[in-house]
Amino acid sequence: MRTILYLIRKEFLQIFRDKFIGKAIFAIPIVQMLVLVPAVTFEIKEVRICIVDKDLTTESRELESRIVGSTFFRVIYATFSEKEANDLLHRGRCDLVLQIPHGFGNDIGKGIPTGVMASANAINAMNAQLSWGYLSGVIQGYNMNILAREINSRTFTPVPQIGITTRFWYNELLNYNWYMLPGILGILVLAIGFILAGLNLVKEKESGTIEQMNVTPVRKYQFMIAKIAPFLVIGLVDLALGLAIGKLVFDIPFIGSLGLLFICSAVFMIAVLGLALFISTFSGTQQQYMFTAFFFMIIFILMSGIFTPLESMPDWAQKIDLVNPVVYIMRINRMVILKGSTFQDIRMEFLALVLIALTTTTLAVVRYRKTA
Amino acid sequence: MERFLVFVRKEFLHIFRDFRTLIILFLLPGALILLFGFVVSTDLKNATVSFLDLSNDEMTQKIADKICSSGFFRKGDNIRDFSEIDQALRANKVKAVVVFEKDFSRNIISKGKANVHIITDGSEPNMATMTTNYISAIITDFNNELAGSSAKGILLVQPEVRMFYNPALKSQHMFVPGVITLIMILVCALMTSITITREKELGTMEALLVSPLKPVQIILGKILPYFILSFIDVIIILLLSWLVFDLPVKGSLALLLAESMLYILMSLSIGILISTVSSTMQQAIFISLVGMMLPTVLLSGFIYPIENMPKIYDWISAVLPPRYFIVIVKNVMIKGTGFAYVWKETLILVFFTLLAIGISMRKFRIRLQ
Repeated sequence: MRTILYLIRKEFLQIFRDKFIGKAIFAIPIVQMLVLVPAVTFEIKEVRICIVDKDLTTESRELESRIVGSTFFRVIYATFSEKEANDLLHRGRCDLVLQIPHGFGNDIGKGIPTGVMASANAINAMNAQLSWGYLSGVIQGYNMNILAREINSRTFTPVPQIGITTRFWYNELLNYNWYMLPGILGILVLAIGFILAGLNLVKEKESGTIEQMNVTPVRKYQFMIAKIAPFLVIGLVDLALGLAIGKLVFDIPFIGSLGLLFICSAVFMIAVLGLALFISTFSGTQQQYMFTAFFFMIIFILMSGIFTPLESMPDWAQKIDLVNPVVYIMRINRMVILKGSTFQDIRMEFLALVLIALTTTTLAVVRYRKTA
Repeated sequence: MERFLVFVRKEFLHIFRDFRTLIILFLLPGALILLFGFVVSTDLKNATVSFLDLSNDEMTQKIADKICSSGFFRKGDNIRDFSEIDQALRANKVKAVVVFEKDFSRNIISKGKANVHIITDGSEPNMATMTTNYISAIITDFNNELAGSSAKGILLVQPEVRMFYNPALKSQHMFVPGVITLIMILVCALMTSITITREKELGTMEALLVSPLKPVQIILGKILPYFILSFIDVIIILLLSWLVFDLPVKGSLALLLAESMLYILMSLSIGILISTVSSTMQQAIFISLVGMMLPTVLLSGFIYPIENMPKIYDWISAVLPPRYFIVIVKNVMIKGTGFAYVWKETLILVFFTLLAIGISMRKFRIRLQ
């Protein structure tokens, strides 16, 4: 035990001897959390629309004023030229072009169905669908208005109606910060542990100091524990800092148990650090380690469900994801912090993390050779 | 010149000696493209929905069937009590719970009105909005069927939409430009900064500095091989997106390749800049990966549109070169526009390149301490 403590002390000294790294492991996560968390949202703030009104009647103006009045739209330009409007769309100056054809008002006056034509920039398919959704909503409202006027003049039997009410639990206002912070926090903790721990071991290999380690009576597992422990501590400190920012700056409600969160994160860190050390036993140079680690990391992150829903992935990908530790911590972070999930709720995720941690650390210890 | 070529050859040997890194270098763009194409998507699919059916009559069952057969949702275990809703959501068993009021169909028939309540898990806002919208749309649809065609005919204005550039609304149009941008800057910055700091750390930089090679030649010799490798990466990505996703370069291929070269050059210059400010490989790696990965993914408009962010991010992201390159790729590759539409972004990239090179030149020391 004393041997391990001495080794851990040595590792800490080595990490913090590099002044830059010593500061960066705490500064970079804090700065990134502050800057990145408020930035990320799928919510559309405003849709820039250009209107081509070839009709210029009371009816077409009424539709336009409904668009102007809606909070989603900002009319940036009005023109008679279809070409000019499409050019704006082409240049990315506006997101939607709405064309009201000649004869629009006339048709409505006569009660003949008529149409309007919208063009959207659909490179970002999701944004295009949402903006189009808003626009059809406005047009729907316009239709209803005409309908209401019709009702006065015609006899009308009431249609059966299903009233829909909706409610978002745990995050009523759909605050994206609450959603992103636990996720970004998970990634930062992952990146720091994965990069530093692996590089640390490979660096010893590269500079030859590992041989000095190998000729000492230190056992393999002791050596590995000493390599894991400092980064585990650093990761948890980063986590604590991140949570403090979440509470103080972003006002995230902590419904769940902090202890549970830290225990899960510790297991997650051990799983990640074990993997990092395992990969580093295969790598001869820091460059080689870095590229392998980067490859795994980016795939882990993209498949973790932080940016996109897991359920949308094909079944085979979800099966592969069973061994991806980031999936579990992402889920646990969000569940415990936002929904107050208890151990009972996350026991399967926790079990999976424990299994992964056991596997990676065992692999790392077994793979590590004291003889060159 | 001959000396320089020999030096470049040495650098190539360094790269080829490390076969695994080389493989990963070519595997990475392919893997990412396929990942985004076949695995990761923002579409709603298979979200689990449970029902708390307090009336359990024919009509509510019809609505439930309609929701579950839409392809977007999967039916979860039925919920019998209000208190079970929290349990189910908390354990992540369901994404949404639909509650039908008591005597649903009787109310519709006698009063002409019945209520349904949709509860979603707001801890995932995007998912929650999508599920709510889809379920509401399906119920409204059912409502319209119920009302018969009489109500439909009265809707006078029938809007039509044309989705420009991406009529099938595929998400590939968004991520192919993003993947090129992300990979290039990370890989280039990582590679150059590592290769230069490596010489510093191992002490071989001294040997190079006392050689008759000029510092400029050393730097050029360092980045030339990576320039070629990165360019091959761009071609791999373009080929994959064309062959696998049927997404060809709509505009001028020559223009796109030239812009890519400029972007690679800029990324390499950033790598040089990083290597001049860091003394060990660990520092260089830390800056290029931990420091740059998340901002590039999140602030460049790759996944999350910049227009949706708070105003101040327009300024913050203005100093991130990936933002401009994404615009260029989208314009040339997907919209098929010419240089006239991207000259501004091109100029900005040139400016960043010169800036990075300028600062590195000032900071590059030909003597060690």
